[in-house]
Amino acid sequence: MSKQLALVIDLNVCVGCHACVTSCKQWNTSGEAGFLSDDNPYGADPTGTFFNRVQTFEVGEFPNTETVHFPKSCLHCEDPPCVPVCPTGASYKRAEDGIVLVDYDKCIGCKYCSWACPYGAREVDEHQKVMKKCTLCVDRIYDAKLPEAERKPACVLACPTSARLFGDIHDPESEASRAIREQGGYALMPEWGTQPANHYLPRRKTEKHLHPDELERHDNPLKVDGQLPKPATGEPSLDDVTSW
Amino acid sequence: MNPAWSVILLTTLIGAGQGLFLALFALDAWDAARGQASLAPWFVAAAIVVSLALVGAGLLASFFHLGHPERAWRSAAMWRTSWLSREVIVLPLFMALVALYGLMHWTGRLQGALPVGVLAAAVCVALFVCTGMVYACLKFLQEWHSPLTVANFMLLGTASGLTLAAALAAWLQPALARGYVAAALLAGALAYLGRLASLARNARLRPKSTLASAIGVKHPKIVQIAQGAMGGSFNTREFFHGRPREVVRAARWSLLALVFPAPALLMFAAPQSALVLAAAFLLQYAGLLAERWYFFAEAKHPQNLYYQAIA
Repeated sequence: MSKQLALVIDLNVCVGCHACVTSCKQWNTSGEAGFLSDDNPYGADPTGTFFNRVQTFEVGEFPNTETVHFPKSCLHCEDPPCVPVCPTGASYKRAEDGIVLVDYDKCIGCKYCSWACPYGAREVDEHQKVMKKCTLCVDRIYDAKLPEAERKPACVLACPTSARLFGDIHDPESEASRAIREQGGYALMPEWGTQPANHYLPRRKTEKHLHPDELERHDNPLKVDGQLPKPATGEPSLDDVTSW
Repeated sequence: MNPAWSVILLTTLIGAGQGLFLALFALDAWDAARGQASLAPWFVAAAIVVSLALVGAGLLASFFHLGHPERAWRSAAMWRTSWLSREVIVLPLFMALVALYGLMHWTGRLQGALPVGVLAAAVCVALFVCTGMVYACLKFLQEWHSPLTVANFMLLGTASGLTLAAALAAWLQPALARGYVAAALLAGALAYLGRLASLARNARLRPKSTLASAIGVKHPKIVQIAQGAMGGSFNTREFFHGRPREVVRAARWSLLALVFPAPALLMFAAPQSALVLAAAFLLQYAGLLAERWYFFAEAKHPQNLYYQAIA
């Protein structure tokens, strides 16, 4: 089976720091393909072209709420709906590694591919007038001049909490595949059959269950337990050093 | 979606141009079947020129939709997979065939014009299908993903073309006007029913995607806190029309009133007056502009789920 490079994003670890956004912008605005335009970067309504954005959602109702930081970029679908609709062939999916790319020299800027992407992963560059999207840093991951460990997308290298894994999800032994398999990796909007290559790892609650025997000493050496008034299990307890 | 005037003009203008050609050719074919030649050359010439002008104007409008119009020729490449590419091929082909058909008619070669006309009519229907399928093939735009989209493009275009044919006939060959008015009323009524059907269908749609499936968190209550940009983005500009509800409602009422009822009243009132029929066409065309605007504004793209709140 051919390769399918992808990102696996761990929502349990993402802290929403936007380091992936800024590193993505920095790398991709400096490359051969030209800049990613910005308008009013320091003004009242800053706007610009980004390949990656971190969004924040609140799940639940106060006080039972949870904040979910949600990095969103092109998912490099295995069946990308944006590719067949392109009238010029500028949008294509590479056979060798499954990356979905735009040939900026062929793109006529008709925006039809963005209509055909349910995830809103494509953004028109308002100054170059072509469609742009995440390239998985295709100009970096194969760069033999870089040390092996740095041949990864900029966002993956920048993430301070290692919430982003990068790898071939068709290779069952890759770190990315293993994470999807063992930690419940899922795809976004599975209802459209796009088979996104990028996966997300769900939030996981770490809870400590306290049982009564963990609060009461089994050996009870001084036979003092139970002789003095005892706080309920829910109340703050004293440590082992101080005794009742 | 945010309606783009270039695309609204493209789809409505070529629809009227195609309808006008079909109106003309239907009569020519009927003539051929009866072994007669009843069409006045000036009427044929006017219909051909106006049809080509409308389709050409639509084509011109479409260029304003492109970021790189100088590369537009590239868009014929992917006809195997892309309906947009197919439309790009079929549209100039239709214009060429109509021009050839008109030329042969003008030079009196009616026998030779007929097969060209048959071919042009087939290509005309193919163009309607391509234009409709550009929208109908996008499965997650549920408002568009329906055979009604293609049917309505076809019916609305044909109806407006027939109204225009009636106006031209009343001016250049009054004997034909009454027949064209009858056909325009019939096609208009059918188109109106088709559009009402799609409005009714879309009112009952339930979105397949929810915020829960968009971010993959199974919870009925999720609200967006931040979308990752403060001043908007392509995603907020392209997929939201941003108009108040009153504007959308006004577009809906305009389409309901102007696409058929208002022009039908005028056509009933004065089926022989070129001026009144021209006014009927203009009213209907204004209705089609409202109709197409509403067609885009009504469509809710699933990507909008990710762009509910700025901060």
